[in-house]
Amino acid sequence: MEDEAPARALTSQSAETDQIRFLVGTQSLRAENQVHHIDFDDEMNIINKNVFVHREGEIWHMSASTIDKNLLTTCYNKKSKAEMKAALWRLPSDFDSSQSDDQSSHQALHVLWHPTGDSKSLLGLADNHILLWELDTASSSAKLTASTGLESKGQPKMTCGRWNPHHNCTQIATANDNCIRGWDIRSMEQVYVIENAHGQLVRDLDFNPNKQYYLASCGDDCKVKFWDTRNTTEPLKVLSEHSHWVWSVKYNHFHDQMEDPPKDGVIATYEEHEDSVYAVDWSTADPWVFASLSYDGRLVINRVPRAEKYKILL
Amino acid sequence: MGCCLIFGLIFCYDLDDVDPDAKRRRHGMLKMYYGIDEETEGGATLDPCDINGAHFRPDMYLGKLIKEKSLTELMDEESKTVTQIRALDSDMQTLVYENYNKFISATDTIRKMKNDFKKMEDEMDHLATNMAAITEFSANISGTLQDRRQQITKLSGVHFLLKKLQFLFELPARLKKCIEMKSYSSAVRYYIKAKRILHQYQHMPSFQGINEDCNRIIQELCEKLREQFKEKESTPKQLAECVDLLLQLEEPAEVLCEEFLSHARHKIDEDLQLLDRQIKLQMGEEIEQESAAQAYLTTPMDILEFVDNGCNGFLSNICLVIASYNDMFLNRLQEDENLDAIALKKLVNFVNDLMVQYFNYVQRRVQLEKETGDNTILVRALDRFHRRLQAMNKLLPDTDFSRAGTDIVSKAARDRVGHYLHSLKQHFSGKAFTASEITFAMKPYFRGPFCTQDVREGLVVAFIQHIYSTCEEFCEGTGEKGSAPPALLLILSRLCLDFEGSTISYLRNAALLKENSFTRIKTFTLQMLRKSVETRDWLNTIEPRNVRAVMKRVIEDTTAIDAQVGQLYEEGARKERSSDSSRRTHSYSYSLSQQQRKGNWNFSPSIDNSLMSNIQKLFSERIEIFSAVEFSKVSVLTGIIKISLKTFLECVRLRTFGKYGLQQIQVDTHYLQLYLWRFVSDENLVQVLLDEIVCSTVHRCLDPVMMEPSVIDLICERG
Repeated sequence: MEDEAPARALTSQSAETDQIRFLVGTQSLRAENQVHHIDFDDEMNIINKNVFVHREGEIWHMSASTIDKNLLTTCYNKKSKAEMKAALWRLPSDFDSSQSDDQSSHQALHVLWHPTGDSKSLLGLADNHILLWELDTASSSAKLTASTGLESKGQPKMTCGRWNPHHNCTQIATANDNCIRGWDIRSMEQVYVIENAHGQLVRDLDFNPNKQYYLASCGDDCKVKFWDTRNTTEPLKVLSEHSHWVWSVKYNHFHDQMEDPPKDGVIATYEEHEDSVYAVDWSTADPWVFASLSYDGRLVINRVPRAEKYKILL
Repeated sequence: MGCCLIFGLIFCYDLDDVDPDAKRRRHGMLKMYYGIDEETEGGATLDPCDINGAHFRPDMYLGKLIKEKSLTELMDEESKTVTQIRALDSDMQTLVYENYNKFISATDTIRKMKNDFKKMEDEMDHLATNMAAITEFSANISGTLQDRRQQITKLSGVHFLLKKLQFLFELPARLKKCIEMKSYSSAVRYYIKAKRILHQYQHMPSFQGINEDCNRIIQELCEKLREQFKEKESTPKQLAECVDLLLQLEEPAEVLCEEFLSHARHKIDEDLQLLDRQIKLQMGEEIEQESAAQAYLTTPMDILEFVDNGCNGFLSNICLVIASYNDMFLNRLQEDENLDAIALKKLVNFVNDLMVQYFNYVQRRVQLEKETGDNTILVRALDRFHRRLQAMNKLLPDTDFSRAGTDIVSKAARDRVGHYLHSLKQHFSGKAFTASEITFAMKPYFRGPFCTQDVREGLVVAFIQHIYSTCEEFCEGTGEKGSAPPALLLILSRLCLDFEGSTISYLRNAALLKENSFTRIKTFTLQMLRKSVETRDWLNTIEPRNVRAVMKRVIEDTTAIDAQVGQLYEEGARKERSSDSSRRTHSYSYSLSQQQRKGNWNFSPSIDNSLMSNIQKLFSERIEIFSAVEFSKVSVLTGIIKISLKTFLECVRLRTFGKYGLQQIQVDTHYLQLYLWRFVSDENLVQVLLDEIVCSTVHRCLDPVMMEPSVIDLICERG
């Protein structure tokens, strides 16, 4: 399927476990931006979409709530000002902004929901700060509970972050420049660091949902690396099949043998896209379906080939 | 009591006021007054069922009670709560009563304060009049004392003058004493202090006497200083002091320079002689034993020791001389530019002369090292030598010894390589096993396996494989910073290719190696491009006047890579270019396409240009950005340029641009367009990629106003 506007943000609707649903945010400076709510019917092979208007500005990053399927956060560029803000939205038909977390001093980059949904915490990354919010759904307001900064020479900028779904969700990992850092959110202190994880900028990382110390990362040096956070000196495995920047890496939630960095995975190469692919995500409903989004606004919903599927299962 | 009750009622009413915000504020103030810390009082617990907590929710609490407790317990709870409420009620009443009392006493205090202030005001007025009287008196007193003060000032002036005169009269005696005590510096200081005055009042007979005396003494002093200066044993510090004093006494600086340098020369010559002796020793020449004390010097040193010796002896001495010379002569002669230049020239001549000798020695020594010794020591020695030379350069900025030093180092390296080649040859030919006069060499069953197995497999192949694995190691190191330079990688890749091309089929594919060297080269360019796009504030940039420096740098780098790769690889196939494909016509066609697009925008600005780009994409074939690289110059460069431009594109898409930011990108891409086509196999490709960059920039631009193509042309011409 195709949108008219360029797009960069993609997320699966995490709280939805019955249907294959994805959310796509468009990125256009001058035209009105939209959030597309895409419903893929597996049996009929039909795609339905709902469009919500996102008036605030172009969307750089999106994340759907793990508790309430109607909640999502967006990080957007405030119109005509080049300021990055984060906002929390509720998804009924009228689609209204319930509140926005204005961090005027920082440029909000990512907002991530607590992975298991048992607490109402939100994690935000802004410039060189990690922020934790406590969300009160009733009064639809969020309170800043903790924050910490990253100090080093130059002006470090976080490129991405991820909750660790293990250890009762008390750890997060962030990446800046070519290092990966692990943090304990109870004390907000750094617990481990992988220096020079990649030759150049680290673009994305993800935790293995089934093995508690395993972490995947990708970067501008065209490599995908797998790490054990207990031993940060050597990667477990390096994949260098890519020929340009690797923008995103995601573990499949059900079968950790699979991961799908964009452009071309290890399992299979997907070449439907004409423009750069910036985001991929697995569906939370069907473990064999994932979506990828390219800059020209084309969303492709892919299915793991049957042969591969049986190879993994059997 | 009645009054108190009414007050209490009003208070209660107030508490039930509608505005919850005001209520909280008042609560806060009350709490502050009674010293209750808000945080400790239940603020710590978030339990909504804590009846004393700040987060207490009655409905939840009630629900919980009803759910959890039995009827009797509920009854108990109720009575307990009722008694508690009663107790609280009476507490509140007492509080209100106390407050009332305090209020009344406060009113009393305020009234009393009012009276007191009145009294205080009167007293202040009185104080002011008194102060005025005091000021007047003090003015009177200072007026009467004025005359006396002037007299005192005059007297003290006379006293000062007399003191000075006394100093002058005592000067000759004092100078003598100073010279006797060998404190020359204080003597000079005294003399310089008095010199001007003596000179001024020369015509008075008494002063003239003093002047003559002083001059005589100073003459003596000069003689002494010169003697000390010429003495061989005096330390550099003493020397420096001497020169300092002599200069203060206005001795001619030039002569001093000369003398100083010749003196220093003696010392340094000794160091050089030591080096010379070492070399002779190394060459095995006989040297007559001079004295027993120098016996330890006659044992030959290895190269590292030799260089150490040279550094510590010769170089540090010469550095010391230069530093003290700088201090003494160069940094102070500012008043006379000419003299300064002469002094500097003298120093440079002196140093150059000595350095040539030193280099000569070092070179001879290094050449001696050609046949023996192991590499690590030699390399360490050369490294130390080179580092010390760089320190020298810092000290004397006008000269450049490092070039000569590097020459020596590179010559040594060349010698080394030559030596290895030689020894390799020797090893080959030294296979005396095959010599015909050895009897077992003739036996065929020995000869066959020896030739194929031992020589071929064991020697040649093993050697080549070793080379190959070394190459690979080099390439693996690319991830870490500061490993092998790209030029070396290129050469190695060529070497492997040549091996592959010849009959040696043992080698695996050299493609991997090439791939690695290729990534290595492009990394530099890419990071530069990325940083340049990311760090700039494109939204508020000014109107473009120039091509950005980083673009020029990219072109320069590309040209350099082109030259390097061109030396090693064949030209490679190029797509047919139209015969008159000059830069002119090309830029013309480019600007033409720009104009077309611009026209479209002007015509219907509301149409999103994605339509345009899509149509364009339909017609232009899809670009394989990551196609495999072949072994040819054009192919390698095309690969590099394609990836660079792709990076540029991705960076641009991450930013937001203002009007001038867009125009700057236009200028930059046009500039790239003008220069990049000559490197690639298919110039269309560059054009498409650059067009895409501009398109993406337009997408990411708040105020897309394109620049006139003619203006772009002009700017690029100028750049």
